[in-house]
Order: sequence, then C-alpha cells, then structure tokens
Amino acid sequence: MKYVLIPLLPLIAFAINILFGRKYIKDKAHWVSVPAVIMSFILAVGAFMDVKAGKVININLYDWIVSGNFNVTIGFLIDRLTVVMLLVVTSISSLIFIYSVGYMRGDKGYYRFFAYLSLFVFSMLILVMANNFLLLYFGWEAVGLCSYFLIGFWFDRKSAANAGKKAFVVNRFGDFGFGLGIILIFLTFGSLEYLQVFPGAHSIVGQTLNIFGHEVDTITVICLLLFCGAVGKSAQIPLHVWLPDAMEGPTPVSALIHAATMVTAGVFMVARCNPLFVLSPVAMNTVAVVGGVTAIFAATIALVQNDIKRVIAYSTVSQLGYMFLALGMGAFSAAIFHLYTHAYFKALLFLASGSVIHALHHAKHDDEQNMQKMGGLRKYMPITYLVFILATLSITGIPGLAGFFSKDEILWRAYMGGNLGKFLWFLGTTAALLTAFYSWRLIYMTFHGKFRGTQESERHLRESSPVITVPLMFLAVGAVAAGWVGIPPLFMEHGDRIGAFLAPVLGHSEGHGTHAEEFMVLGASIAVALGGWFIAHRMYIKRPELPQKIMDKFQPVHRLLFNKYWVDELYDKTIVQPLLKGSEKVILGIVDAKIIEGVVNGVPALIGAFSRRLRRIQTGIFSYYGLVMALGALIIIGTMIFLK
Amino acid sequence: MEEIILNKLSYPILSLIVFLPVLGALLIMFLKKARHIRWATLFVTIAAFIAALPLWSHFDKTTYKMQFVELYHWIPSMGINYFIGIDGISVLFIFLTLLLGVLSVLVSFRSIETKVKEFHMSILVMETAILGVFVSLDFLLFYIFWETMLIPMFLLIGVWGGSNRVYAAIKFFLYTLVGSLLMLVGIVVAYFYGGQTLNILALSSVQYPLHIQVWLFMAFFAAFAVKVPMFPVHTWLPDAHTEAPTAGSVILAGVLIKMGAYGFLRFSMPMFPDATVLFAWPILILSIIAIIYGAVICLAQKDFKRLIAYSSVSHMGFVTLGLFALNSQGLEGGILQMVNHGIITGALFLMVGIIYERTHTRVIADYGGIAHAVPWYAGIFMIFTLASIGLPGTNGFIGEFLIILGAFKAHMIIGVLSALGIIIGAAYMLRLYQQVFFEKLNSSYENHPLPDLNLREVITLLPLIVLVFWIGFYPETFLSYMHLSVENLIQQVNAGSGGRHLLAEYIKIFRGAF
Repeated sequence: MKYVLIPLLPLIAFAINILFGRKYIKDKAHWVSVPAVIMSFILAVGAFMDVKAGKVININLYDWIVSGNFNVTIGFLIDRLTVVMLLVVTSISSLIFIYSVGYMRGDKGYYRFFAYLSLFVFSMLILVMANNFLLLYFGWEAVGLCSYFLIGFWFDRKSAANAGKKAFVVNRFGDFGFGLGIILIFLTFGSLEYLQVFPGAHSIVGQTLNIFGHEVDTITVICLLLFCGAVGKSAQIPLHVWLPDAMEGPTPVSALIHAATMVTAGVFMVARCNPLFVLSPVAMNTVAVVGGVTAIFAATIALVQNDIKRVIAYSTVSQLGYMFLALGMGAFSAAIFHLYTHAYFKALLFLASGSVIHALHHAKHDDEQNMQKMGGLRKYMPITYLVFILATLSITGIPGLAGFFSKDEILWRAYMGGNLGKFLWFLGTTAALLTAFYSWRLIYMTFHGKFRGTQESERHLRESSPVITVPLMFLAVGAVAAGWVGIPPLFMEHGDRIGAFLAPVLGHSEGHGTHAEEFMVLGASIAVALGGWFIAHRMYIKRPELPQKIMDKFQPVHRLLFNKYWVDELYDKTIVQPLLKGSEKVILGIVDAKIIEGVVNGVPALIGAFSRRLRRIQTGIFSYYGLVMALGALIIIGTMIFLK
Repeated sequence: MEEIILNKLSYPILSLIVFLPVLGALLIMFLKKARHIRWATLFVTIAAFIAALPLWSHFDKTTYKMQFVELYHWIPSMGINYFIGIDGISVLFIFLTLLLGVLSVLVSFRSIETKVKEFHMSILVMETAILGVFVSLDFLLFYIFWETMLIPMFLLIGVWGGSNRVYAAIKFFLYTLVGSLLMLVGIVVAYFYGGQTLNILALSSVQYPLHIQVWLFMAFFAAFAVKVPMFPVHTWLPDAHTEAPTAGSVILAGVLIKMGAYGFLRFSMPMFPDATVLFAWPILILSIIAIIYGAVICLAQKDFKRLIAYSSVSHMGFVTLGLFALNSQGLEGGILQMVNHGIITGALFLMVGIIYERTHTRVIADYGGIAHAVPWYAGIFMIFTLASIGLPGTNGFIGEFLIILGAFKAHMIIGVLSALGIIIGAAYMLRLYQQVFFEKLNSSYENHPLPDLNLREVITLLPLIVLVFWIGFYPETFLSYMHLSVENLIQQVNAGSGGRHLLAEYIKIFRGAF
C-alpha cells in the first residue's frame, strides 16, 4: 500500500488546496503541497531500494472497466524503469515546489498554482506507475490537462489562454493516434496489461491488417499509432508547435512540466513499449528519423530567438529529439539516461532564467524576457550566473558533466547503427554544434556586456532570495554529477551502471565499434561543443557588431528561422481557418440552415401549400356542398353499377 | 411467461413511482402561493426518487429478465394489458429521470415567476410520462406515455421559453409527431402480424418476414431518429433547446432525447434483428456524420445554449454509433453514454441557466473573463467541460472509449473516423470556456458584481459532479446492471428471426450493384 501513497499524497494536497485554498489556506498553500511531494520523494527512494533488491511490484487495486471480454484494472507496475522515473519526477518536483514558494509569492492565484502543481505530480506518477495502457492513457491525458491549466495560469492574458488551448488541442491530435493504438493493442492481444501484452508480442509477428486493401504489419501500425501520441506530448515534428507557446506559463511550470517531466512522457512510453518497437524496423526508423530531424530543426530556430525562455524551449524540443533518436536506434537505456540528465540541467536552465526574469520583474524592467534588453547581469546575480554556466557546460557536452555522458552515449549508439545511424549521428553532432552556440549566446546576451535596460531598473537589480537560489544549487549538483552513473566502460571498469540497472526492462543495446571509432565520436562531440562556444564568444564578446552584420547579409535565412519556418502560419492557413470559416459559412450558413432545413421543412411547406388550395373548397355555401354531395353519390352509385 | 419476474415487493413499486408525480400535480392544483407550489413540487420529486431506491437495492443482476413486473388485464378482448416492468437498461433511465426531475425543479426556484402552478404541473406530468415510457411493456401503454409527454414539453417551451419560443415549440411538436405517427402505423402492423397482441415481449419473439421487418424498422426508425435526434432530422433540437426554459432544456437533453435511443434498444433490435443488421451500416455512417458535423458546427456558435444543443447532436451520434456497432462494448458504451450525456449536458444546461439568471444574455461574446468574478462557478463548469470532452477520470471517457472500441471492432475505418470527433470536441468546448471565463473581464461586469453560486445552486449541481467522477472511476456500479441485458440483446440480434439467409442474399445483390 505504501506504493499507492506515492501518487496519492499529491492528489490529497491538490484536493485540500483547490477546495479550501481560496478562503482559508491562501498564501500558506505550500505548507500542504511541499510536504506531500517530499513525502512522495522519500517513498520513491524506498521503492527504488526495494526494486534494486530485485523486486518487481505489480499490484491491481480494482477492476476499472469491465464490458464483455474487455477488462482493465487500476493497477501499478513498479520495475526498474518505473523507479528511475519516480526518482526523477519526485526529486525535481520537490526542488521546483520549493523554488515556487519564492517565485510565486504574492500572486493572487498562489493556492491555485500549488493545487495544479500537485495535481500534475499525481498525474505524472500515475503515468509512470500504470501497469496497463489505459491507465497510462489516464495519466497521459491528466498531465496534459494540468499543462493546460498551468500554461493558462495567468488567463487574463489572451496569449496565455490561447497557448493553453493550443497545447491541449495539438496534443489531442497525437492522442487520437495514441488512443487508436491502445484499442488496436486490445483487439490484437485481448488485454491492455503490460505483463500480458509484452510477452505475447513475439507471437503476432507477421500478423497483418487490411487497410484499404493493403496488408500492413500489425505491430508496425500499433507502434506508429503509439508514436503519434509521443510526437504530440514530446513536441516532435510536426506537432512541436505547442511547446514554445507553452512558455506563457509561470517559469517553474516551464521547468517542471515543459522540460523535465511531462514532455519526456513520450520518451518513457516508447521505452516502456520497447518489446513492441523492436519488432518493427519501420517504426524504429521512423522514431529515429523524426527524433534526429527534430533535434537539428529546433536547434536552428533557437539560434536566432531573443526571448530567453523560448530559446530554452526550442532547446528542449531539440534535446527530446536526441532521446527519440536514441530510442529509434534501439538504445533505450541511453534515451532514459539522457532523459534523466536532461531533467536536471534543463530544469536548472529554466529555473535560473526564472531567477533572471524574477529579478528583472522586481526591478520594474518592462521587457523581462527579452535578451536584447538584458546584459551584464553577472555582476548583480553571481549565483544565478554560476549555475547557468554549469548548466550550459552540461548541455553543451563538456567532458565530465552530466550532459556529456548521456549525449555522447546517444551519438555513439547512433554511429554504430549502420548507414542511417551514421547519417543521424551527423545530424546529432551538427545539432550539438548549434546547441553550444545558442546556449553560450544566451549566456553572453544575458550576463555579459552592459545592462541594456533603464538605469532606474539597474539600480534595483538584486540576486534572488535563498528560497530560489538553494534549489538552483541542488539542481546544479545534479547537472554536474547526474551523469556519473553512466560513465561508459571506455573510461571505467563496470561503467554504464544505469544501463546495466535498466537492462532487465530495456534490454542490452548492442553495437559493434572499435575503441578508435569510439574515440573519434567522442572527439567530434568535444570539438563541436568547444567550436560552438568559440563562435559564440567571437560573435557576442569579441566583435559584438558581428551578429547584426551576419543578420543583414543572410536576411532570408534569418527571417525563416526567426519565424520558426512559418509552421504556425501554415497550420493556421490550412487547418484552423478552413475549419472555422467552413463551420460558420458553409456548414452553419448553408448546409444546416438552407439544405437540411429546406428539405425537412419543405415537406410541411408543400403540404401547407396543398392545403391552402384545398381550403378553397370549404366555402360554407350550403347549396355548393349539396352539389358536391350529389356528385359524389352519383359517382359512387355509378361505380358500383359499373363494377357489377 | 418465463421472460418476466413478477414484482416481489409487497406494493406495486413501479406504478407508485410512475404515478407519484402526476398525483403530485393534482395536489398542487389546490395550492395558491408560489412558494408552497415550489416546495411541494420539490417534495414530490424527491419522494419519487426515494420511493425508487428499492429498485436499486432489490434489483436482481443475475438475470436479463424483466423485473418488478406488474401485469393486469386492461382490454382483454384486444389483448391489451397494463404491463410494466424494468430490466438492467431501463432501471438506469428511471433513476436519471427521477434525479433530473428533482434538479430541474430546484433550478427553477428563482427563474420561473409567471404561471408558477402550471409550470410545475407540466414538469410533474412530464415526469410521469417519461417514466411511463421506460417501464411500459405494452405497446398501447407505451404509445400513450410517448405522446403524452409531448404536451407538457410543448407547453414548457411555448409558454416559459425565450423570445422565439412559439416557433420552436411548434417545430418540436410537428417533428416528433410526424415520427410518432409512422410508429403508430408500425405498431398496428406489428399487432396484426404478431397474433393480435400488444405485449412487447411477445412481439419481440415473433418471427417477422424480412420485408415486413424492413418496413417496420423504418416506421419505428422515423420516430426514434427524430427523437435522438439523428442527422439529418436534428434541426428541431437547437431551436427547442435554445428557447426552452432551463428546466425544459435539462429534461429535454437529459432524458427526453434518450427515449429515441431507448426505442432502438427495446423495440427495433429485438423485434427486427435482421433489419437491424441490414440497417446497421447506414446508421453507423449517419452517426459518424452526426459526430463530426455536430462538432464542427459548434465551432461557429455564438449562442451559449445553441452550442451545447449542437454538441448534443455530436454526442448522440456517439450513442447511436455504439448501439449499432452491435457488440457488447459498443452497446454498453452507448447505453452508458446516454446516461453520461444526461448528466453532462443536463449539468451544462443547468449552468447556463444559472448564469443567465444573473446576466440575461445567452450571447457568448457578452461574457469573457468571468472566472475571477465567479470562481466556484468557473471551476464546476470546468469539470463538466472536461467530462464533455471525455477526459479520463470523468464519465464521458468511459462511454466514449467503449463506443470507439466497439465501433473499431465493427469496422476499423468507422472507429478511426469516430475518434476524430474527440479532437474537435476539445476544440469547441475549450474555445467556449476561454471565451466565457478567460481573458479580460468583460467591461459590463465591472460595475455590476456577478454573484457566485449560492447554496441552492451548489446542491443542484453536486449530485451531477459526484456522478461524473463516480462513473469515471468506478463505472461498474452502473455497467453491472446492464451486462446481462446487453448480452441477451446481442444474442437476440445474432440469432435473427429467420431472415438472415435472405438478408445475406440481399446484401450480395446490393454489393453486386456497385
């Protein structure tokens, strides 16, 4: 039962805050939510110990839906993959909850914020703990709902309300496929429970489905449908459009939901379903290519953005792309490893940028997220600056730090994966160069040079309070050291401990490569990390006039990237507007009002017209009636005689 | 007859429940003060609900047979009986009707100021008529209740409705009446074919020749399709809903339109199984059209109530889709979704009524940003919005999921298309929510404070909130009643009535024609 408490405690915190927060708890809401999530973390550590000792926990609480031969339970599966996710989710949540106490202080929706945040943690924990696909779907939709609430947290702003709605609806496109995939799993396997489905996966190899006369491999269809869901939730091409807009939410939300945990749900799901995916080369290659292309696509956009949070958001999309690249290459544990290190350094990047925004906000800076109006902040915010540097070193893959080990693991696995793998390795390495550039560009624009705001603002610039900086320091430790559990065997005997830990669930990723090749890949990674740094340094420190010059020279490219390849505009023109216009002008205006109403009302109208004619017979003149009666009688008698 | 279990309680419980409201209506005829009338009506509806509780506890879930049956000769010479009883399907609708009866009285406490007595009498008469439809096992009895219900509804819309009420009332009346008359013809034909009896169970076991089945199916279909309403005979619904007073909309959406789908289950499927199989395909396609068409049209609505009315078209499309998937998930999902739709749409109409009392406008653009002004109202509205778009954890999810699963089983493409409806569903409901509750507070409320929910309104909504989550997390409470009835129904349809061979021939010819 103690395992059930892990998600239950945040749910209770949610219920208390949402029901009593407005009137009674108010600005003490964190006293409900923070202890609950920390308790969950402690219980998660306990679960980790149990699983590490060799236990696999599978408990069914009760039958959820029973209908005919369909049966699905509310139940949890806690294995090695689950506990890794449990630790990531609860540890980062705990830190971000504490950070939020400082960051959200004084907001009129303070209780609401902690309520939603708690509901999110509950949903995310259900998502990772579910032992069947439908409960996974429950968690999946519930985290999406929390994301909707929190993106639109400041809903008086039209942009925030729009962004929340956009996130929800775009995700529904992915969930459409995901839901159908789940239904197809049930119809194929007769069950939705992981432990029934996965062992049976081998037996359906070769089974096909007839789609419009084409015989298609069933497992491939299932995997691609499931992947649709992952593409939505983890913001991969072509459903990536909601994540940058999601930055309308408060910064702790961006860190927790839109960087560290929820958006990685797609990666977790594909890893969870690895017994299915490995049976479909088509699906695996699709996952890898979508991931690789997204990684470089999003990185190019991040090069030119000026909103500090948007840069990090595109960086997240790009890093998620790496994870899918790894999944598609069959390196499931490498993907989870990167998910885990990314959670720390990306949460840190967001929270540190939150610290910057917070400081600028209090200094009455008018454009608090625009990096063009920042600069020189390192003088005023030394701690934030330091942790930002550490996070950047980590994400860009400087040897020794967390991001280095996990990213290198992915690139190495890709390199070993045949021709496609080599191509994706090239994409990934190029994206790493871009990553290094935009990450250092962000640092230089924000912290170096001269402050570009008003003098009045500059006088009020302060480092954030400890309630904000202490969680940053904890996360910084993670950003530096989290990768040490995955040091490759190349450097350490019994290396890649996280891979070995996850192997019972995710399998061993195999590959053939020589030490020389491994060093080559490693060298390339380090070279691009330093190269990107160097270019950024030249452009933003040594010759600050250079960016403008390059921008002028490559105007069309800059506009393409700055406008995010016009994907949003494309969707608006081809999907949103036609649907809205079509609904109003064609369906409501013509089909419903004219055609259907016309036909259905036409019949009575015809009868009405007919009866108006008929009414003229009823004149009320007796002699006329007499005449008609006589005529009628005559006809009847005549007919009778005639028929005889 | 082995198909029935006579009422074992010491009193005729079904008759009591059915006629309690109309007796109440007689009682309030003698009351004068509006306050007394309101409280008396509330008392009667609550009493009827409490009186029905033994149905819940004494229901035998181990059989599909009709239970609590009361059977008395009425007009023996014509084989007409007073014959009522319930099974695992109708029992749910009895409770839904009784619950919404109470709530529609509660929500009208302030909003109805004119002709109070007549209003409450109409509600009570209608409650009796609706309950009568769900318990009748004799066709004459059924038809009487079916048509009786039209009159109070006609009055509710036409007298206490909005500005365009007379048009809406007449449209509603004519549409349903035309459908019903065709059904009457069908009943007469069935009567003569089935050995001059109007016993519904007996008529269900008669083996009609295929061509008779087809004609009869179409005659009954006319009545039921209008009532559901199915595409393309849905256009009376937005008008009727929009113009009806809140209580009228709640009953109309909550239970009245369920009678069409109920008719398919009780009559069309068991009586004409071969025709059911024949018509399943066209009905599935009409359902898909209704789901998507109804949802798309919601994107263009500017009127609060009209939007919810059109969303009903989409949701009822899911219901007919599930029913005519003709497998256990589809049927159970469809029946559950009928209950769910009653709860969700009933609640949404209640909520629109509640805010209309304060603002006197149904135009969506007149709202905006009111979440800060009425936080409790906004929060509860969110719950029903989520249930409406089928979020897991709410009742809407269970119904929609089972329906899509059933539809997918029936045919993959049908399943895929139906799932499209949930994307658009999310779009229009969240759009509505944003336009009403989010963004800047509409300037017209800056000086006129908008009061949040009062205790009476919270009590009105609370049972529905509980049901949303109850069904969402533990639907078995409700599904368990229908399991055996649904299995029995599927067996009846699959067994057919001798026309299956001929049907296969027809279908072959039909396919050959293309």
